[in-house]
Amino acid sequence: MLFAEITYALTGVGLFALGLRGALLRRSLLGRIVAINVCGAGVFMLFVAIAYRGPEQPPDALPHALVLTGIVVAVSATALALALGRRLRESEHE
Amino acid sequence: MAVQLWQVLDLLLAGLTLGLGWAAVSSPDLRRSVVFFIAFGLLLAVVWARLQAPDLALAEAAIGAGLSGALLLSALRDEPDITMVGDVRVGPVAALISLASLTLAAVFAWVTVHTLGAADPTRLADQITAQLPDSGVGNPVTAVLLNFRAYDTLLELAVLLAAVLGILALGPARAPYRAAGPLLDGLIRWLVPLLILTAGYLLWVGAHAPGGAFQAGAMLAAAAVMLRLGGHAGAGLPQAPTQRILLTAGIAAFVAVGGATVATGHAFLQYPEGWSGGLILLIETAATLAIATTLALAYIGGRPPGWGSEGSADTATKIGGRD
Repeated sequence: MLFAEITYALTGVGLFALGLRGALLRRSLLGRIVAINVCGAGVFMLFVAIAYRGPEQPPDALPHALVLTGIVVAVSATALALALGRRLRESEHE
Repeated sequence: MAVQLWQVLDLLLAGLTLGLGWAAVSSPDLRRSVVFFIAFGLLLAVVWARLQAPDLALAEAAIGAGLSGALLLSALRDEPDITMVGDVRVGPVAALISLASLTLAAVFAWVTVHTLGAADPTRLADQITAQLPDSGVGNPVTAVLLNFRAYDTLLELAVLLAAVLGILALGPARAPYRAAGPLLDGLIRWLVPLLILTAGYLLWVGAHAPGGAFQAGAMLAAAAVMLRLGGHAGAGLPQAPTQRILLTAGIAAFVAVGGATVATGHAFLQYPEGWSGGLILLIETAATLAIATTLALAYIGGRPPGWGSEGSADTATKIGGRD
């Protein structure tokens, strides 16, 4: 078990819980979207930490590919959530 | 000695990431939250680089920090009341939520330590390394994305298309920004061609070094964001009919290649020997254009002028009537 692997894996766990707590505690949509993104970043970090195999061996490319797709999906989901929020606000103002 | 220095760096990075994540999540001022989040994204890029994931570092810096940041900042513009005093809940329920999150973190941490401490599992990494010479590309991440698990990437492009269709269906684009002053305009004139050049480079180099369709698409989208910030309402995108073609280009290329492989007696997306490199480049080029158009439209946040004259016209009147 590598020191870096365990350090970043636990950081990922921490970020996940932090983001989850934020998403539950915040009232504004924007604040919740930021929190969910932090939550997702925690999952990504856990994946990348598991993929790391020390300085001698090349890292595992499969989790990297998964996280890469995850990053792109996260940003498009964020954009959709923000567009939904804007539409909601517009319909409240009528 | 060198090992200990690395450990100090790891602890520092981990602590900073947690701290910035905490600040982004808990700041009652939304502006601060967003700025902390952008800094958090940039720090994540450093962490990915530390963990030998340069592909992710590139993508995170361009997408996670850059585009997400731009999206959130433009959403802040719509936010009526940025410093919301009561935005973060307090009280007994909040304490309960905090306690539950802490318990969850403790349980997950315990599971993680025990799983990582178990005997080293058989990894797919060894298979990827063994099969890499046959994949047509030298970058293992590109090989996974466009050869070994090309199916996943095809479906991911479908997810992106679904998201952007949702955004387009929700309403017209945000109001454009006013035209840039001479300084910003000059910067844009320099940056946009450089970004397009970088995108082309990343697309090409992705075959054997960090880079690829996602990073290249993000660079092109960054050029579109720059143009929009400089006052170009359409963000430099082509006419609406061309936009539709570009949005579906990635999936179209994937399905066309998949259909051709089936027609020639291979499995779906099982590239014939010797063709892999060329087919991957073809799909990646189409995917780059599709990702760039998707992200640019996502940033614009709705239908840009010129989309669907008959359907959107009456929606536009309705919304206009409400105002």
